[in-house]
Amino acid sequence: MATPTWNNPIVKWIDYRLPVFSFMHHELVDYPTPRNLNYWWNFGSLAGIVLVIMIATGIWLAMHYMPHVDYAFDSVERIMRDVNYGWLLRYVHMNGGSMFFIVVYIHVFRGLYYGSYKNPREILWIMGVFILLAMMATAFMGYVLPWGQMSFWAATVITSLFSAVPLVGDAIVSWLWGGFAVDNPTLNRFFSLHYLLPFIIFALVFVHLWALHVHKSSNPLGIDMKGPQDSIPFHPYYTIKDTFGLGVLMVIWMFFVFFAPNFFLEPDNYIEANPLVTPAHIVPEWYLMPFYAILRAITFDIWFIPAKLIGVVAMFASILILLFLPWLDTSKVRSAKFRPIYKQFFWIFFVDCLILGWIGANPPDALFMDTVPLLIIGQIGTAYYFLHFVLVFPLLGWLERPRMVPESISAAVVAAEPPAPGSV
Amino acid sequence: MADSTTADPGATDDGEDRRDFLLIATSTVGAVGTALACWPFIDFMNPSADVLALSTTEVDLSPIEVGQSITVVWQGKPVFVRRRTAEEIEIAQAVPMGDLIEPEEDGARVQKADWLIMIGVCTHLGCIPLGQRSGEPKGEFDGWFCPCHGSHYDTSGRIRKGPAPNNLPIPPYEFLDDTTIKIG
Repeated sequence: MATPTWNNPIVKWIDYRLPVFSFMHHELVDYPTPRNLNYWWNFGSLAGIVLVIMIATGIWLAMHYMPHVDYAFDSVERIMRDVNYGWLLRYVHMNGGSMFFIVVYIHVFRGLYYGSYKNPREILWIMGVFILLAMMATAFMGYVLPWGQMSFWAATVITSLFSAVPLVGDAIVSWLWGGFAVDNPTLNRFFSLHYLLPFIIFALVFVHLWALHVHKSSNPLGIDMKGPQDSIPFHPYYTIKDTFGLGVLMVIWMFFVFFAPNFFLEPDNYIEANPLVTPAHIVPEWYLMPFYAILRAITFDIWFIPAKLIGVVAMFASILILLFLPWLDTSKVRSAKFRPIYKQFFWIFFVDCLILGWIGANPPDALFMDTVPLLIIGQIGTAYYFLHFVLVFPLLGWLERPRMVPESISAAVVAAEPPAPGSV
Repeated sequence: MADSTTADPGATDDGEDRRDFLLIATSTVGAVGTALACWPFIDFMNPSADVLALSTTEVDLSPIEVGQSITVVWQGKPVFVRRRTAEEIEIAQAVPMGDLIEPEEDGARVQKADWLIMIGVCTHLGCIPLGQRSGEPKGEFDGWFCPCHGSHYDTSGRIRKGPAPNNLPIPPYEFLDDTTIKIG
């Protein structure tokens, strides 16, 4: 890619000293992108835009929010009723959390389906896992800030997870709380960290993009770009495609904001936090439910290790195991398009995640069709979740016989196009 | 695909085509939409409904003796309420307009000559002038004196000397009865 020549004298002057315009042109305009990306490749840029909107609305909300146990709940209600457009900014932010996770989960499953985590994109993938972890921490702490009943008890339950740590568990929990229960110091530090973490996510996204731009996007065929015939410039082809996707996302997001703003929220969170009464049914936000199901699936001790500790370890392991995926997957073929057996396991895994989410949403001792305890289903789902990583991924690479991978992206594209009239 | 962009069937003689129209239309809609989306963020920082609801203050004037002042809070700002002496009124009314930095008749600044009610914020840079309590410096014109940069106000609260550009402003108020006012 040649460095562009700038005609505007001011742009020229700046670019000679700080080549910011050349950099942007190189990374956002000329940037060679596989010509065969489908709409599943929209979700990375969508996630980036959602992050920016979340940071903007969040900074604004912080102008009227008061992180104190006596004022937090009322200050959120004041934002809803008295502050100009407070209802809009809060609902955009609140539903934005859910939109962020929908977009990012689709982005992750896209990576799983098309093998985007494979050589040479392992660090790109690992950065993504860190972003996901940071998002979960941020979302959890943000959920605590309105200081409703679900906020308070989510804070209590999640921080109490650390009490499972042997020997120092109680000391860690007390350190997290800054006291002997979730109270004002906890709320203060959660607000502080909820404000900080999005900027850390922003930095991680930058590293994620840096790694992306070294080896460029993967693509539905999972084969490398071999020359200019395999790529098209990012602008205007993918800027316009991403803009269209953004429009669709906005329609969905704004539907919730304007017509079902509390769809994702538990009604109990409009009751102010009461440290003396726990709501009858505690559930996390939907995006954490599969992990919550894994936590609750472990009801048995293994040797001397208590069930509580194993549950917590399993829950964290269910995310951290993604870090090892590039090495657990032994197949050299990236895209599930050419892996007939993996493709089926991918969908089994996808359904397994949905089932775990459904289990996580239900009370722990509920029955399915009045017969099967949900606990059993959750345990089977949890077992499969881990087996998928430690057994299915390594073995398929050996046992599966992939289909023929096309010679190049352009060859596959040309082959897929109908022949021009008169050429037969 | 990218290879087939050479011939644009929509092109016209003047070199403009459907693509130019679409690009301009899309950019315009995008720019207008972004500008509109900025408004909630801007308005979010304006005074909220609960702040606006505190916009009036009622004051009982009955305990104030002649020659006494009180300071009340209205919209977070001090309001000076002074029951002026006959002498102060006389001085204020006798000042020739040519001597004033911002010429204004005393009669235009009061509803009842006894009661001078004004916002006690110096029009220079927002300090609170002295002179409300007995013993405080009242400046060369026996009214108020701002200690920050030395602005002197007279017995009608008009700027007479110093860097302040304007007279102390008069808030909107009305007498509900002889001894009660509502400011705002």
